[in-house]
Amino acid sequence: MAILINEKTRVLVQGITGREGRARTKLMKGYGTNVVAGVTPGKGGQEVEGVPVFDSVYEALEKVGEIDASAIFVPAPLVKSAALEAIDAGIKLLLLVPDRVPIHDVLEIAAHAERRGAKFIGPNTLGVLSPGRAVLGMIGGRPETAKQWFNKGDIGVSSRSGGITSAISYYISRAGFGLSTIVHVGGDAVVGLPHPDIMKLFQQDPETKMMVMFGEIGTTQEERVAEMIEKGEITKPVVAFIGGKAAKEGTRFSHAGAIVEGGRGSYASKVEKLKKAGAYIAESLMDIPKVVAEVRKKHGLD
Amino acid sequence: MARLYEYQGKKILKLSGIKIPEGDVANTPKQAKEITERLGPPVVLKIQVWSKGRAEIGGVKFANSPEEAEQIASALLGIKVKNFIVEKLLVEKKADIDRELFAGIIIDDYHKKPMLVFSSIGGTGIEEIAREHPEAILTQHIDVLEGFPEYRARKLLTKMGFKGKILVKLSSTLSKLYKAFREYDARSAEINPLVITVDGEVVALDCHITIDDYAVYRHSDLGIEIAREFDRPPTELEKIAYKVEEKDYRGTFYFFQMTEKPDPAENYIGFHGAGGGGSMMSMDAVLKRGFKIANFTDTSGNPPASKVYRAAKIILSQPGIVGYFASGSGVASQEQFNSARGLVKAFMEDQIEIPAVLRLGGNYEEKAIEILETFSKFIPAKIEGYGRDDSPEFCADRLAELIKEGGRKVHRVKPIEEYKPPKGVYSFNTLTGKVFIDHSACAKCERKVCVDACSYGVLKFENGRPVLAIAEEDAGKGKCTECLACELACFLEGKKAIHIELPIPGLKEYREKILKEGE
Repeated sequence: MAILINEKTRVLVQGITGREGRARTKLMKGYGTNVVAGVTPGKGGQEVEGVPVFDSVYEALEKVGEIDASAIFVPAPLVKSAALEAIDAGIKLLLLVPDRVPIHDVLEIAAHAERRGAKFIGPNTLGVLSPGRAVLGMIGGRPETAKQWFNKGDIGVSSRSGGITSAISYYISRAGFGLSTIVHVGGDAVVGLPHPDIMKLFQQDPETKMMVMFGEIGTTQEERVAEMIEKGEITKPVVAFIGGKAAKEGTRFSHAGAIVEGGRGSYASKVEKLKKAGAYIAESLMDIPKVVAEVRKKHGLD
Repeated sequence: MARLYEYQGKKILKLSGIKIPEGDVANTPKQAKEITERLGPPVVLKIQVWSKGRAEIGGVKFANSPEEAEQIASALLGIKVKNFIVEKLLVEKKADIDRELFAGIIIDDYHKKPMLVFSSIGGTGIEEIAREHPEAILTQHIDVLEGFPEYRARKLLTKMGFKGKILVKLSSTLSKLYKAFREYDARSAEINPLVITVDGEVVALDCHITIDDYAVYRHSDLGIEIAREFDRPPTELEKIAYKVEEKDYRGTFYFFQMTEKPDPAENYIGFHGAGGGGSMMSMDAVLKRGFKIANFTDTSGNPPASKVYRAAKIILSQPGIVGYFASGSGVASQEQFNSARGLVKAFMEDQIEIPAVLRLGGNYEEKAIEILETFSKFIPAKIEGYGRDDSPEFCADRLAELIKEGGRKVHRVKPIEEYKPPKGVYSFNTLTGKVFIDHSACAKCERKVCVDACSYGVLKFENGRPVLAIAEEDAGKGKCTECLACELACFLEGKKAIHIELPIPGLKEYREKILKEGE
């Protein structure tokens, strides 16, 4: 099972002929992802890592048949156009890898996605990896390292930091546990599938027995996960670590934000709400494997 | 989020058709006097700083004559408010207020939609008002594909009891505020107070607008110097660093100084992180170990070696630091040999004497650590490289031990020596720099290490000399990734025939200034 991606998922790479597109296609193919087509307008007819390149998403669909997901590696100013093309062509899962995508572009992508029933991960994401099955994006860097670092198992990982997604997953694997799927939800303020959505998917996935979440200060994603635990929408154990304890809180410039959000978004607010809801808080990243072991014992997961 | 000053925000509102008081910006008391003469008193003078609650600190004053305006201006200009020196005043005709309201648009990250926040009571203390009078607050999500037409605003405001001409003017203002918010890529746009004047006009008396950092490139007309939310003006070094980031789209580079003058008596270190989460975790580790952080730097997103080099050179422009610490998540997907090469080039050029601990765990960490070890013998200070199985805490301990062993040296900034290419040198441009190859040194070289080192196939041999294997134009467009492999390989051969010049505009002058101050 796993969530979002497995070995059968038919993947398109937009921006496949660029520096990142090429390198990550190599990773995805080498890891076992079913990459069926690539798109770079104007470069149709070429091949990258044995993957046929087309001028448009429409043409790719026509030539290779069904496509389940598209990984987008174009420069940030072009992400909106690439994403809207994929949504218009009917692709239901998008991965927006680039950093620095203007937030108003993300809002437009979100509005179109909502109308067409599509979902997107990111922007500013390393992607998703289901160990032993497939990777969408760039987690692991190379097939050899991705295979070496992450064990298959029953722990779902959701993180707001790319590097930490890999770090948590590696340290969990090194401690002898395994992972169902690891997701970097993206580092920006507005992301397509924030923690609450990913937690919901893990809750529904029969293979996932527990979750590990890396949160950061800002936004209300972690507080919403706490609310879901309280309401009983999440019943599987959740281990959480919140980064940014040392960061001083910035002086707020926006009154409207403060009016709407109240005190939410701070380190203290997130930790307190999660603890109260019954999540297990790790005090440092390096403590996560230890807390995972305790939680597994307590919940009889071994 | 890049903040706009009130006068900049008002310019946007005016362009969008929202009424603002008549006025102008004064940089001197004389200008304040002239503006007042032109407008006709009474006027209000407001300090232009990024701060809330200006009235409470005496930054908003009324004048009944041009002379009084001049006096007030000379008292206000030059005062320090938080971290800012007041350089500008906004002088406006005083409004006759009948009623104060609040209107703002923000982005709701959870619903992924803009959200209008309107309050029928506005003015100072709006956050308290909202807590005490929730019935006065109205929020409304806006569909970006539909926009926010006036009839929708009218529907909302009718529910709040607004009628007639005021209803029409107010709805038009809200609709225009949303248009401005979208057109200028705002993260937030607020008018507080939005007033109804005695003669029935709807006027924006004050505003706070922030622009999305990632979209500032679309709005060069706003004149935003550094697209970031600062609570003080940017330092000179931050401005130099920002120029580097602005010009190179590959990967991320972020540089922020906690202090402009690290006290050599304190344990300040130069911090070089990779990735937000990993950097935070690493900073926690060094802070716990009793260090102070001179700067926060992040190079991530698979940056080229040239970007990491520039980051290191900028970090090493801070005198007074006693160590250099680089650490990210520890399990990075980016190719870590790029970071290693960038770091050693900077360390060798500057011949650093303070120890460096570099935790370059992740993809290609073995190669990265090998590079650090190979070149450490050309660097006076101790350099240690670590990987994913070494915790940030352990690495912070190592740095403390190395500083102690080395007798706690304090970093001295080195002048930047200009590279003088030898006559007849072969050269080509890269995306952000220039590669120089002294073919006279290549004549006696048989090992061809430079061409082998170039894994991107940019170089080839012609008559035994390395030259471009691709079109010069392509090399300049980024096909040469500035990985620095050829330069370092040639250096190890003892030939030193290759020099890759990676300019950092302004850094030479900055270091000269620092050196002069130190004398």
